[in-house]
Amino acid sequence: MSTVTATAAPTKLWGGGKSPFNVEYGKLMMWYFLMSDAFTFGAFLISYGTIRFSSNGWPNPNEVFKSFPFAPEGVHAPLVFVSIMTFILIISSVTMVLAVHAGKQMDKNAVVRNLILTIIGGIAFLSCQAWEWNHLHSEGAWWGANPFLNADGTQSSTNFTNYFFTITGFHGFHVFSGVVINIIMLIMTLLDKFEKRGHYLMIEKAGLYWHFVDLVWVFVFTCFYLI
Amino acid sequence: MSSEIVLDIHTSVSGLHDAHHSHDGHEHHHHETFISKYVFSMDHKMIAKQFLITGMFWAVLGGLMSVLFRLQLGYPDSTFPWLEDILGKWAKGGHITPEAYYALVTTHGTVLVFFVLTAGLSGTFANFLIPLQVGARDMASPFMNMLSFWFFFIAGIVMLSSIFVETGPFSGGWTAYPPLSALGDASPGSKTGMDLWIVSMALFVVSSLLGGLNYIATVLNMRTKGMSMTRLPLTIWALFFTAVLGVLSFPVLFSGFILLIFDRNFGTSFYLSDIFVNGAGALPNEGGSAILYQHLFWFLGHPEVYIILLPAMGMVSEILSTNSRKPIFGYMAMIGSMFAIAILAFLVWAHHMFVTGLNPFLGSIFVLLTLLIAVPSAIKVFNWLTTLWRGNIRFTPAMMFAIGFVSLFISGGLTGIWLGNSALDIHLHDTYFVIAHFHIVMGVASMFGMFAGIYHWFPKMYGRFLNNTLGYVHFWITIIGAYLIFWPMHYEGLAGMPRRYYDYSIWESFKQFGDLNRFISTVAMIVFATQILFLANFFYSIFKGRKLRSANPWGSNTLEWTTPIRPGHGNWPGEIPEVYRWAYDYGKDGHDFISQTTPVGADESVH
Repeated sequence: MSTVTATAAPTKLWGGGKSPFNVEYGKLMMWYFLMSDAFTFGAFLISYGTIRFSSNGWPNPNEVFKSFPFAPEGVHAPLVFVSIMTFILIISSVTMVLAVHAGKQMDKNAVVRNLILTIIGGIAFLSCQAWEWNHLHSEGAWWGANPFLNADGTQSSTNFTNYFFTITGFHGFHVFSGVVINIIMLIMTLLDKFEKRGHYLMIEKAGLYWHFVDLVWVFVFTCFYLI
Repeated sequence: MSSEIVLDIHTSVSGLHDAHHSHDGHEHHHHETFISKYVFSMDHKMIAKQFLITGMFWAVLGGLMSVLFRLQLGYPDSTFPWLEDILGKWAKGGHITPEAYYALVTTHGTVLVFFVLTAGLSGTFANFLIPLQVGARDMASPFMNMLSFWFFFIAGIVMLSSIFVETGPFSGGWTAYPPLSALGDASPGSKTGMDLWIVSMALFVVSSLLGGLNYIATVLNMRTKGMSMTRLPLTIWALFFTAVLGVLSFPVLFSGFILLIFDRNFGTSFYLSDIFVNGAGALPNEGGSAILYQHLFWFLGHPEVYIILLPAMGMVSEILSTNSRKPIFGYMAMIGSMFAIAILAFLVWAHHMFVTGLNPFLGSIFVLLTLLIAVPSAIKVFNWLTTLWRGNIRFTPAMMFAIGFVSLFISGGLTGIWLGNSALDIHLHDTYFVIAHFHIVMGVASMFGMFAGIYHWFPKMYGRFLNNTLGYVHFWITIIGAYLIFWPMHYEGLAGMPRRYYDYSIWESFKQFGDLNRFISTVAMIVFATQILFLANFFYSIFKGRKLRSANPWGSNTLEWTTPIRPGHGNWPGEIPEVYRWAYDYGKDGHDFISQTTPVGADESVH
């Protein structure tokens, strides 16, 4: 340490009296929470990988996820539906960015508009997931029940569906929480809470969470649908 | 409800925590009701006391459980009719049943590790010391802080209720390995008791996360002016690393628990494969791996050891320096070694799994990483010893416990080097050697850190002193007792005596230890009784202890002693003091101590 005295103390970033990252405590907490949550999902996905690689075979996702709502029976559209789901979720991240940006400009109307679009995107994603779960369930898939054969035609263990429903369900729960948070943000915006505070930092924190949930989906999508 | 500082911290966002400096008018107190002051309090000091006293409740219960199962181990052939009076069917004919025995050891472990040494230790001192020592009015989010305590409290209620269900509490060991924990048919305790155990632990994870996020944000964001990271007392560094470890390791345990809940209740087989249950035949579950759970569990389980130990290390550093009237030796090395421990904590978990069929090559890597922990640990030990060296030592009860901590950490740490070797572990795994090792290095040592902390900061908590004489009695009986209990266990373990057995007298190889086991049990009861003496001292002194006359009874440098004897919510009546120096200017330039708030003189060198 240098010989800093009281009289000649420039405000150093880590010198105390201010946030070293120039952020309020809530955002710092959100970042640490997201790290923590990343470990939760990481543990899930690594468990999934461990079990999958110790199994003799695994179903081919192109054969399992090949259906489309309202499509005629027997249509073969591998991964088309989930691609649309993914697209919706990524677009909802874009609208979230626009909402955060509008917040920085103190543009209430744009915040409201983009938050509504984000919420619609979230609900659309959840609806797609509900359809997919329902469809798989109608085919006989559930926790503890796996109707699909391994890619090589042998009997598959139930861990394919066990992990699919647990991890996509856990992710879906995160999306659901995100939608609830965004609805709360929307209500607070409409009630002029942030206008009175003079900043829209809460929306930025909600945005961090929303982007994280989207990012996790990229990994979940890769692990279950692509590999 | 609470004072307006709380609101101020929340609303002053753009100015970060300018509130600290601009805000002086907090002295007029709003009307506080009993509920808002003592129950749903948002004052970090009250929350710390809530953690401490709840932790004490669990320590008594967990300790009592160990006395009960030591009774079985020491006197396997005797009957105690009074046991049936208090335990009912769990001690039919005055003899603890095997189910009850396993339930007792399981609950003892869970309660001591999580409720006492995690929540009771870091919950208490992180809450109490972080705002006071970094110079903040309160935690970053007092509301989350309150939630953290109440989640812990509810977790405790759920765990407590599991003791009273008909099939008994969980009895498969505190690690809750499947399949014992995954199949209700496996044992009586694996039924409702396990459901409650897992719910309780999930609530505990939430509590730990809420607390940990708060501790991190407070240490990073809320330091007072001049309190740079390298001027922080080592207690704060230790509590900071502890919080980071908790925030990153508990979620992995949480994932493991979620998978376990599905295995228990929804017909999945994450951890199950090829299982035959007596009477039920072969189970349909295929493809899972029981070892997977162990990986997830120990990824938390090993950092958990340091979550328990680091706060004790931090407090001991502070107390040793204060009472040696000498600067801490190797301040930066202390921080560096704690950082190294925090990193290594995540890289050694598989040393708990050497005999699970782990690839020996992988095992050898974990041996290397495990033994590496000896380096930062040794740095810390030598720094403590050199801090004591030629110090002007004041043997206060807190100092006695701090020195006791160093002794126990050395004794227990050395056996860790044995156990870290995968080849030796084949012989020592799951024996009393392991019991002796982790009880000394993690259990008793951390309890000593906690006692040191309580004796040292009790005057700050309650404005009164603990009784010194009782403190010395408490110290000497506890340290002698701890060594008498756990030292002989090393010999039992080397002779191959396995842990978790109900009755050793029926084993030809272990009969020879009958007298030794009886001796250990007797000492355990004496030590337990001494802890009751400490509790009596604690609660008596809250109301009747010798009153504090000066604000800084130990002549200490840190900021908590610049507050009034009984600080209100907000800690400092006026502005928060500015900090000009590190916390360890003891015996410098002819001054006994120089508070952190004293500006550095013109001719003075900075440490």
